[in-house]
Amino acid sequence: MEIKNLRKINDYQWEIPKTGKMLVPGIIFGDQKLVEEMDEKVKEQVQNVASLPGILKASLAMPDCHWGYGLPIGGVAAMDQNEGVITVGGIGFDSGCGLRTLKTDLTLDEIKSKIKELVDSLFETVPCGLGSRGKIILSKKETDDLLKEGTKWVLKNGYGVKDDLEYIEDNGSFEGANPDYVSERAKKRERGQVGTLGSGNHYEEIQYIDEIYDKEAAQKFGLFKNQILVSIHCGSRALGHQIGTDYLKVLAKASRKYHIPINDRELVCAPINSKEGQRYFMANLCALNYSYANRQVIVHLTRECFKKIFPGAKVETLWDLTHNSARWEKHEINGEFKKVLVHRKGATRAFGPGREELPENYRMVGQPVLIGGTMGTCSFVLKGTEVGMNLAFGSASHGAGRAMSRTKAKKIWWGQSLLEELKQKGIYARAASFSGFAEEAPGAYKDVTQVIEAVDKAGLAKKVVRMKPLGVIKG
Amino acid sequence: MKTYEQFEHKADVGVRGYGKTVEEAFENGAKAMFEVMVNLAKVEPKKEIKIECKADNLEELFVEWLNTLLSEAGIENLVFGEFKIKEIKKTNPGYKLVGVVQGEELNPEKHEPKVEVKAATYSQLKIEREGNQYIAQTIVDV
Repeated sequence: MEIKNLRKINDYQWEIPKTGKMLVPGIIFGDQKLVEEMDEKVKEQVQNVASLPGILKASLAMPDCHWGYGLPIGGVAAMDQNEGVITVGGIGFDSGCGLRTLKTDLTLDEIKSKIKELVDSLFETVPCGLGSRGKIILSKKETDDLLKEGTKWVLKNGYGVKDDLEYIEDNGSFEGANPDYVSERAKKRERGQVGTLGSGNHYEEIQYIDEIYDKEAAQKFGLFKNQILVSIHCGSRALGHQIGTDYLKVLAKASRKYHIPINDRELVCAPINSKEGQRYFMANLCALNYSYANRQVIVHLTRECFKKIFPGAKVETLWDLTHNSARWEKHEINGEFKKVLVHRKGATRAFGPGREELPENYRMVGQPVLIGGTMGTCSFVLKGTEVGMNLAFGSASHGAGRAMSRTKAKKIWWGQSLLEELKQKGIYARAASFSGFAEEAPGAYKDVTQVIEAVDKAGLAKKVVRMKPLGVIKG
Repeated sequence: MKTYEQFEHKADVGVRGYGKTVEEAFENGAKAMFEVMVNLAKVEPKKEIKIECKADNLEELFVEWLNTLLSEAGIENLVFGEFKIKEIKKTNPGYKLVGVVQGEELNPEKHEPKVEVKAATYSQLKIEREGNQYIAQTIVDV
């Protein structure tokens, strides 16, 4: 992106001034190098989002931002509850896609010799890859109940412990999710998929904490040096993809019906308060509930593996978040607290201290902000900040962000040799697809450390600990 | 002459089909999409499914066609390799497509699965005529 066309606010904030049809300015977070490396298309997409009716304050792009469809990946847009719109392009087809991080009471020394056994066990137990299906087959009524209740339903049926709920955003369950607005087709595509990883950039990784930046926050989160963590990245599977697909059509018609001026077909949308907008919102809550439930079942399967290899080990939920969502939240707009609909696409919620949504023992610290790195590098836990609440509706990056296309990555890396390369670094990996694995090569992503530095320096969230990978399963 | 190809996109994948008619370009676009997921050459035409879909315009019809194929494949756990569109008819309003597709049950051992396509998007969506051939393209979310 041409930096000269942006107005520098400070070293980590760049403004796209309001011009043309834009209703608000655009703000891109990141250091100069990250912003310069972003595609020109990101700017265009931020500008198009800034033209959506009812958008508040600014159209935002996080430091890991890259070109997507509709909102860029790493895009955030908050909408006025009366004037605003809801768009599939602001959530993505994999609604609810997110990260769950588990903390154990095991240390690096205790687990080192058993990594292969653990990863092999996970690879056999957690279904992954194209079209993967698991053992839980739901009846029609059970599917509806799961969509309505999310993680609560999963827990009732024996896949988890009560303590998990408290550490899942939205307690893993949105009220108002209405399965009547989810098509039969979406429900049919669900068959056997709850508790499956999927493919693409989804993974389950065994990690250890190698660096602590904020002792006090780490202690509050129950984290310590050399501790073993497990991170699970996945979403709402085919059910969620079908909900997005169904409503893309509905919103394309709605945009014409309500004469919404959109610069880009990918941003087809409906007023939040219209019949179409409401239905999409309620159907999407089902996708969000499903994604939380999906990760919860994977957690259950993971615990089974740990039980076999490390009997008696504690495996608890540190945090579970979604980085593809549209949620009602209260934010300060021009000195007044207002209910707004926040779209985050490839962006993590990063609520600062004091928010009532946070569990009591994290409330004074801010929420854990989980940012997944790439296979060969590292991941981070940060904490939400007051500054981030004001700058970005309490949002931060979601990962490293792609720097290279999949096609290009496949030309450079080959699945089998990549596995070997990771092994040299002490990372044991299993993949359902060699070709899919090559597309996810660490070198195809931005430098996660640089992204995290930018998030931290911009004040969106502050570093707490860094994790290094030991083993990974990929879809 | 190439009949289909994938094109580059930072996060996802572009699929493009060429043809002497719009129908043929749509068929080849579907091939490009299934090639993202599996090795198309390994898919045998053991099962046949009839496809019907409608949309307000030709561009949206292409996306609808691809998404219908994805959901049919997903529901029945199939993978498709042969695509035949009988006709694309102008209706009032919009367009209607009728076709048949052939494939078989997805078998990870046989089909060399690559990456799952979540949906066809409206991004870089284009139906164009270039000289004496048609091009149908869009980005699929993976």
